[in-house]
Amino acid sequence: MILVWIIALLLIGGLLSWFAAQWNKHLAKWIALGCTVAGLILVSWLCMHYKDAAPAGSTWFIDYKTNWIPAFGIGFHLALDGLSLVLLLLTFFLGTLAVLCSWTEIKEKQGFYFFNLLWTLAGICGVFVAMDLFLFYFFWEVMLVPMYFLISIWGDTNRRYASYKFFIFTQAGGLLMLLSILALYFIHAQQTGIYSFDYFDLLHTAPEAATAKWIMMGFLIAFIIKLPVVPFHNWLPDAHSEAPTAGSLILAGLLLKTGAYGIIRFVITLFPQQAQEIAWWAMLFAAIGIIYGAFLAFAQTDLKRLIAYTSVSHMGFVLLGVFAFNEIAMQGVVLQIITHGISTGALFVMAGALKERLHTRDINQMGGLWAAMPTMGGVALVFTMASLGLPVLGNFIAEFLVLIGAFSANATLTVIATLGLIFSAFYALRMMQKVFFGPAKPVSPIKDMSAREMLMMAALTISIIVLGLFPQPVMDVVRGVVQNLVAMKK
Amino acid sequence: MNELELQALLPFMVLAAASVVVILLIAFRMSHTVIQVVGFLMACLVIFSMWYVKDTLPREVPPLFIVDGFGALFTGIIIFSMMVVGLFSYIYFEEREENPKEYYILLFLATLGAALLTISRHFISLFIALEILSVSLYALIAYLRNRNNAVEAGIKYLVLAAVSSAFLLFGMALIYMDTGSMEFTAIAQKTTSSNPSVLFLVGFGIMLVAIGFKLALVPFHFWAADVYQGAPSPVGAFIATISKIGVFAVLLRFAQTVNLQHNSLAIAVLSAIAMASMIVGNLLALRQQNIKRLVAYSSIAHFGYLMVAFLPGNAAGLEAAAFYLMAYSVTLLSVFGVITILSTRVKDAEGLAIYKGLFHTRPLLTCVLTISLLSLAGIPLTAGFVAKFFILAAGVQQQLWLPVIVLVLTSVIGLYYYLRIVTTLFSTPAPGTNNTPKTLHPFFYVSTYIALVAMTLVLCWLGVFPQALVDGIREFLLIH
Repeated sequence: MILVWIIALLLIGGLLSWFAAQWNKHLAKWIALGCTVAGLILVSWLCMHYKDAAPAGSTWFIDYKTNWIPAFGIGFHLALDGLSLVLLLLTFFLGTLAVLCSWTEIKEKQGFYFFNLLWTLAGICGVFVAMDLFLFYFFWEVMLVPMYFLISIWGDTNRRYASYKFFIFTQAGGLLMLLSILALYFIHAQQTGIYSFDYFDLLHTAPEAATAKWIMMGFLIAFIIKLPVVPFHNWLPDAHSEAPTAGSLILAGLLLKTGAYGIIRFVITLFPQQAQEIAWWAMLFAAIGIIYGAFLAFAQTDLKRLIAYTSVSHMGFVLLGVFAFNEIAMQGVVLQIITHGISTGALFVMAGALKERLHTRDINQMGGLWAAMPTMGGVALVFTMASLGLPVLGNFIAEFLVLIGAFSANATLTVIATLGLIFSAFYALRMMQKVFFGPAKPVSPIKDMSAREMLMMAALTISIIVLGLFPQPVMDVVRGVVQNLVAMKK
Repeated sequence: MNELELQALLPFMVLAAASVVVILLIAFRMSHTVIQVVGFLMACLVIFSMWYVKDTLPREVPPLFIVDGFGALFTGIIIFSMMVVGLFSYIYFEEREENPKEYYILLFLATLGAALLTISRHFISLFIALEILSVSLYALIAYLRNRNNAVEAGIKYLVLAAVSSAFLLFGMALIYMDTGSMEFTAIAQKTTSSNPSVLFLVGFGIMLVAIGFKLALVPFHFWAADVYQGAPSPVGAFIATISKIGVFAVLLRFAQTVNLQHNSLAIAVLSAIAMASMIVGNLLALRQQNIKRLVAYSSIAHFGYLMVAFLPGNAAGLEAAAFYLMAYSVTLLSVFGVITILSTRVKDAEGLAIYKGLFHTRPLLTCVLTISLLSLAGIPLTAGFVAKFFILAAGVQQQLWLPVIVLVLTSVIGLYYYLRIVTTLFSTPAPGTNNTPKTLHPFFYVSTYIALVAMTLVLCWLGVFPQALVDGIREFLLIH
């Protein structure tokens, strides 16, 4: 029931802040902040509570189920395991930061803005805990519409194009997934006579091999568009660069992760056999994505686009690790999901802060900013280093684990993927050099970070360093889930 | 015809009487307001009589009619839509110079035609009902006779509807020649014993031209955009919902009775029409700058979707179709309601420019329109999503992969033009458009607003909790 409350908190909070903005504009953001912080506290409490208490024989901590549309066997089924718990924590952590970084950036229609922000977060939370495939699809779409509004109303100059592209790409994938869900539903009904969308019922469905392959492709397409994997990554740079800061933060930090989560939760468990058959192809595309993303990132002049392409590169590691099918790589994937969310989120917050001060995203117009804003420079350095995989910082552990795991699965492709780490140094250092060093461009005096920004950056920095030094607690929480996933292979 | 049969037809007689009542009111020189209120009360009376006869159903009225749960369900949607259209008509016509009173006679007559279609089980009643509907529509479309567009639309509809009626008659004649009967069940008995003869299929094919015309399915869709654009907004809503629901209901009943879906040729033709409608409708809507034309093309696509639910020919398909029609009519009525409210004395709110930045000036209307458009696009939390889901489920169950995949892909195309309007609504307004015209008829404006908000809430409610409606539909469909 607590999961319902967490989602309801965001939904109701969204409506409240919309209505509250009619009377007082500041009330809206305080309500939004209150909701996300309350959610963060709740989820942290859940983490504390379930950290050691591994229920006997099951990896599920919480299981809540009730009827929704019984006529079609649709249930309202939410469940929480280690993976979902970690992702929920990330959602509320970044959600709180998203509210904070919109504090002064959003000047008009604040009520509606925070409504959309909270509803996107609610959709994301729902995606991470829904265990009924219809409900999952429902939340999958619920996070889409408010995100579309965030980009199309508060985005940058080219926002219309970016928002259409984002919506249409994701919707196309989503509808194909819906077809697959329906096919699975009817196959299950034919085999057992029970009409059900429940994940745990469908888990035991065994369609014919040829059919199963097509059904899996439906799921996979939806998730690799979201992840994104290279031929389908096209929407990402536009959406990321045009969205407002909080939008980019949520897109990079959370929405991409729903794709990774979907692959782990649904593709691998529902179709273990077929997933292994395509593992080589998936790893190939992952390696291509890593290299290609890094190269394109190197070529960008738009700061936000640059960061967006680094996401393409980093999410390649997620795909690589998932399809390596061993415990160490899978642990690396979970860590990569979290650390990438934090480090890229931080870079987008920084890009947003620069945009707010300089009114440009073009790195050719920046330069020598270290002198004017040393604090931000320092923080940026930390996250640039995180992005290129420097030890001590979380990303290193994640990518290292993925590569170790993947090496035993496919040595050649892993070696190619490892080159991505070298290329990441190219783009990361170029970005740092262009923005903070070099000759200073004549700009009017700019302020360094405010206390609010310091607070956000401090939280992000601490968490990325803690994850880099002590990743073990996270690995413990997801161990049960990961072992189950790997056991699927046998 | 005995007493009980008369009782079953009571709602339809009340509906017919309503138009006579309006004529009398006009004869006594009653005002527009009085006619509107009495019309509303008559519609309530129809609903009350439906409720009254509900327990006696099903009842056959041989040979022409059968009043069963199916008919009651679709008549219910039609009457509901008519009440909403009637409400919109007041503020729309009160603003204009034309005398609006005779409009209500035609509105009731056209509704009567559509309602009779849903209970027809004989070619004669089908044809008569369809003609009552069509002839009323000729006049309704061209009602604002001082406008060029309206007259053009009226003439276009008149000519094409007359041609399609001829086709319908010819098709009926061929089927009659083949089977020797004009009653659906008798035709079914003749055709099920053997494979349907060529003559029957040709006859049905020719009838399909007329049906396709009325439903604006591709390739019989050419009139749709012009008529939607030229007709007064409430009449546009009428054509988009009531007239199509009636025709679709009779098509469903005919197909169900003669087991049309067991014939592979008929299925092939119908699925080709369905796919063509989805593709063409969505593609043509892409570049439209006129919202009424856009809605016309979008409704072509929507009837393509609906044909996918028609193809399986089983209970799931029927339920999906009924649910879809309900969601669709509520949605389209909301859209037309917003158009009606925004229309000014001289011009309907057609151009997309009028909608630019509407969120800043009319937030409530914007919310209504946005939710309706998202429902048309089939986005979750709205009834349109659940409806589309039911259709997909019905299609996947019968493994109609090709139409289903076309449905999915064209929905994605469709998303673009719905989003285009939504983005326009939320963009920054053009300077100097901030003057909200003062309202002349506060009471009717308020009630129109209330109706719109209520329908929007219904859309959201159905999108989240469709179970009650599904149960209701199943219950009704069991009465036969």
